[in-house]
Amino acid sequence: MNLLDQSLGIHEQALQIKARRLEVLAQNIANADTPNYKARDIDFKAVFNATQNVDTAMQATNSGHFAAGQTLNPDGMRFRTPFNIAFDGNTVEMTVEQAHYGKAAGDYQATLNFLENRVSGIRKAIRGE
Amino acid sequence: MALDNIFGIAGTALNAQLTRMNATASNLANAGTMAGTEKEAFRAKRAVFKALVDEQQTHAGAPYVGGVKISHIADDASPPVKVADPKNPLADKDGYVYKSNVSEVTEMVEMMAAARSYQNNVEVINTARQLMMRTLDISKA
Repeated sequence: MNLLDQSLGIHEQALQIKARRLEVLAQNIANADTPNYKARDIDFKAVFNATQNVDTAMQATNSGHFAAGQTLNPDGMRFRTPFNIAFDGNTVEMTVEQAHYGKAAGDYQATLNFLENRVSGIRKAIRGE
Repeated sequence: MALDNIFGIAGTALNAQLTRMNATASNLANAGTMAGTEKEAFRAKRAVFKALVDEQQTHAGAPYVGGVKISHIADDASPPVKVADPKNPLADKDGYVYKSNVSEVTEMVEMMAAARSYQNNVEVINTARQLMMRTLDISKA
């Protein structure tokens, strides 16, 4: 059972963080015209390291406990440093956000590909092919 | 699941941009509206956006945190145009009527900006939908 838990590797957490990052970027794009809105982004490295940190993860202290899904660390949100600030105090630069969103979508798909490979590997092992 | 939230967030933005475009349409329709007093003159309406940052600002349980909403509709501050037109039935005792302060050029720009922002959010939804579909396909790998 342990083998199945660990077989997905770091990609399981990476996928969660990347989905979260897409959400934050979607928030920026949604608020492109909101006065005084400050664009934010996720520091992937900070969140990922926090997720890997054993202290923040739930501990199974009894053999009857289910393996608990690790929750994402809420920290790691950073304000974006804009090239130019709009008159109304908004720091969302649409072109920058579009580029980031496109790249984040690509990153998400990359992680998905890794996961698909792992899943097909497990499937092959189960079928005994 | 964070990908779900994108639909809610971009949805609030679509809603807000549509309200903004409605305000623009109303302004353009009233570009030539006259009034008998300065107070009654039509003033251009502007939708003022506000970020949904707090859980309490959102509907219970709905994943809209981080989205946008219309905080209020504000009147354009520029003064109405005073036109001398004594033959106009609305004219005051000095023969003046008050034309709305709508600038057609500003409204066209506003309309295009709203349309662009709307398109951006539609693209966000499309990308999120594709990623979601691909994630579902993981079971077929």
